[in-house]
Amino acid sequence: MDYNKLTFKQKDVLREIGNIGAGNAATSLSTLLNKKIEMNVPSVNIIGYDEIMELIGGPDEVIVGLMFRIHGEAPGTVYFILKVEEAEYLVRQLTNDPNFSLFDDIEDKEMAFSALHEIGNIVTGSYLTALSDFTKINMQPSVPYLGIDMAGAILTVGLLEISQLTDYAIIIDTEIKGEKQSKEGIKGNFFLLPDPESFSKIFKALGINDYE
Amino acid sequence: MSDKSNIIKVGIADLNIVKAPDKIRTSGLGSCVGVVIYDASKKIAGLSHVLLPDSSATKQVKLNQYKYADTAIPSLVDLLLENGARKFALKAKIAGGAQMFQFNSGSDIMRIGPRNTEAVEQKLMELKIPIIALDVGGNVGRTIEFDPETCDLNIRKVNKEAFII
Repeated sequence: MDYNKLTFKQKDVLREIGNIGAGNAATSLSTLLNKKIEMNVPSVNIIGYDEIMELIGGPDEVIVGLMFRIHGEAPGTVYFILKVEEAEYLVRQLTNDPNFSLFDDIEDKEMAFSALHEIGNIVTGSYLTALSDFTKINMQPSVPYLGIDMAGAILTVGLLEISQLTDYAIIIDTEIKGEKQSKEGIKGNFFLLPDPESFSKIFKALGINDYE
Repeated sequence: MSDKSNIIKVGIADLNIVKAPDKIRTSGLGSCVGVVIYDASKKIAGLSHVLLPDSSATKQVKLNQYKYADTAIPSLVDLLLENGARKFALKAKIAGGAQMFQFNSGSDIMRIGPRNTEAVEQKLMELKIPIIALDVGGNVGRTIEFDPETCDLNIRKVNKEAFII
């Protein structure tokens, strides 16, 4: 498949996938926090490696990234990405520890990491469930891999599979966030990176063939 | 920057060269390896941001030479020699090659950091370029900056003091 030539219809379908997945994820995060969560219209980008890092503030930007490999008929990688403050906010909400900070030299980080893993499991699980239901393709998430580091270092892991084949990635980016009025920002990005061979399966499952 | 030096930025799977007083930098190295090759007395240096170890494993029709250790390093050396560096004077410093996540599956692609490091060391040895200093492995990201004036490689990690090798 030529990465640079997605038809309008194909892009539309990928956008819809991002929409459905993140919509479901926003609902589950909303239930978890008992707060209203909104989402943006997803964007489908066909971009080079460096541009992917720019989507979230550059390769130097410190992020909290939860990565899942997707197993099943249409393998791929999905990231749930939070800024450090947003991840801290989520942990504070869930552990009732108002002073929690990710970079404090505290012994007791197990609890926080386990909370982040759990958020990742719930949110990404609902993202993938929605995708799976919509496409009727079986998708199973791996265990979550949590990284708190530079965006470049964390996101490159998800590009390795693709990078054997092309210098571009098709990335479906959806942002979920708290209500505009609320001061406490919750903002997370989903990056869905299907493996190259998965696109034709996704398109086929949704009744679009490659050459339309 | 207060002085007149510029910083050349090198992206993923890319390379470039620099002459003093300018510096050269690449950001967010995880499993990738940053390879600096320099001629100290000519004050010229090159930096390659290697993503993958071996170009023979590619499935790509049009090969991006700057992506793989075995093709990027010779390209970088050629570029340096064209710009006045001398082959016998070339030395190297390398950093990166981390394993960001601990995977249970023994899949090769997931051991990419150590494999990148090995491939870089191998290629430099073939080209008889000695590695003067290195900071590789672990599970952390690195941003590196090389100054061809002093031949210092500055390494920054998240939430740690920067240091020089």
